[in-house]
Amino acid sequence: MAAIEILGLEKTYAVGFWRKRPKCALRPLNLTVQDGEIFGFLGPNGAGKTTTLKLLMGLIFPTAGSARILGMEVNDPRMKAQIGFLPEQPYFYDYLTARELLDYYGQLSGVDPKQRSRKVTEVLQRVGLPDVGGVQLRKFSKGMLQRVGIAQAILHDPKVVFFDEPMSGLDPMGRREVRDLMVQLKHEGKTVFFSTHILSDAEALCDRVAIIHQGELRGVGAVADLTSSVHGRVELVWQGNAVPGSLRALGAECHVTGDTVRAVLSEANQDAAIDALRRERLQLISLTPVRTSLEDYFIQKLQPTGTTVGARA
Amino acid sequence: MSSRIVHIASNTFREAVRDRVLYNLIVFALLMSGASVLVGQISIDIERLVVINLGLTAVSLFGMVIAIFIGIGLVSKEIEKRTLYTVLSRPVRRWEFIVGKFFGLAGTLAVNTFFMAIGVFVALLYVSRHFQKQDGWVLVALYFIILQFLIITALALFFSSFSSPLLSAVFAFSLFVIGSFAEDLRGFAGITHGVTRWLATGAAYLVPNFSALNVISSVAHSQPVSGQLILYNSAYALVYAAMALCGAVLVFERRNLK
Repeated sequence: MAAIEILGLEKTYAVGFWRKRPKCALRPLNLTVQDGEIFGFLGPNGAGKTTTLKLLMGLIFPTAGSARILGMEVNDPRMKAQIGFLPEQPYFYDYLTARELLDYYGQLSGVDPKQRSRKVTEVLQRVGLPDVGGVQLRKFSKGMLQRVGIAQAILHDPKVVFFDEPMSGLDPMGRREVRDLMVQLKHEGKTVFFSTHILSDAEALCDRVAIIHQGELRGVGAVADLTSSVHGRVELVWQGNAVPGSLRALGAECHVTGDTVRAVLSEANQDAAIDALRRERLQLISLTPVRTSLEDYFIQKLQPTGTTVGARA
Repeated sequence: MSSRIVHIASNTFREAVRDRVLYNLIVFALLMSGASVLVGQISIDIERLVVINLGLTAVSLFGMVIAIFIGIGLVSKEIEKRTLYTVLSRPVRRWEFIVGKFFGLAGTLAVNTFFMAIGVFVALLYVSRHFQKQDGWVLVALYFIILQFLIITALALFFSSFSSPLLSAVFAFSLFVIGSFAEDLRGFAGITHGVTRWLATGAAYLVPNFSALNVISSVAHSQPVSGQLILYNSAYALVYAAMALCGAVLVFERRNLK
């Protein structure tokens, strides 16, 4: 079952003093996210990620097209009771304490009053803020606010969670914790849709990704598929810092790092290269096919149509 | 009333309290204390009149300033700071948010007025040594002041739903000033002709009639307020505030949040 269905969703703003100049923020977008997926929505800054999320949350209205979440319209309150949303760089009522804020959001989400206090305690624990529930949010750091933001998004046990740049403002430890949390959410059967421009996060977490640039969907697919393409090139790594001359003659690109050498060359020359290493009595550590990274795919999709970058077309 | 409206109203009230809005009561208390002592020394037999006039005018002005300056930020501030995102992404309808905000500020003003009213009556007791039967009309004047607050809060919310805080403040304050002379405007419309008459009449009936809701002077002179006026003013204020609130909802329902 599709958790999110986006059909021709489009957003054009009228800009300029007389509001007569159209500015397209999102070209017709068609996208389906399956139930239980972690779906990454990737794109550089200003690509249209936040616009899409705002359209899905009913914060702005589409110029054309429609979207359904859990089979319901985006403005249906029954649907909104079953989703969670973390906006980009969230700002909360800073006169409230973290507990008060979460309690307020619990009230608005219709969380059972008898369970609300327990749920607030649990979610504060889960995002790593168990001891600051009674502190006013105006005293929180950016990273702590981000954690509160994640807490409010999952407080009411939603089926679909939307995160807009969830790693923003977090230190490396915090990022790791959020990644773990997203995997936990997936194991709990929830669908996670998150936007980011940090590709390593997407590569580590996502089942599928979509790439958007200048308001236009440039590509969508399973991370495993996008990163597994072999290009007829292999990477050899061996111990030492000597590079046999015969290897260079085979067209290998060699990089010496400490006491290891990495060489990338054509798959057709693989056997000849191994023989050369044997002759020089160098110890081979690994031989792996070169795979496209998500970054390669991302960069390639960001190029204007008709241009290619790197080996992959 | 939807429970979500109650929660939004409670949070709006809590925000006003924690942002120290009710600190104006200290200034009011100082004003009333100073006025009572001063009036007792410089006026003969008109202490009651001066205290009622001064006290109720201060209640009205303090409340209007709060209603306008908090009212204009009720929606725009939430959009500016994006606190609205995490509210409207929940099962909260946009009209519930507007109505909740309205009741939150109206509740804040009612509590504020209640404490100010206590101040007025204490000052009255200080200068008169005892309460008189006609002091009960002060309560009617206070009720009318609260009705004015409802109208100006709804108008501030209306302007806030589509305009910047500065422009909203200008619009709301202008309507307060013009509305305070609404009876004069109606009188002026009656003596003009042609297009001017139409325009003046239209403007006179469009602006809120705050002058009809101002009975401070007559109450200070111990003149009774008719039941008909109480009924008429109640209906007028509630209908006007409801219409302004509907306008705010209509605009906000269609607004793209930046």
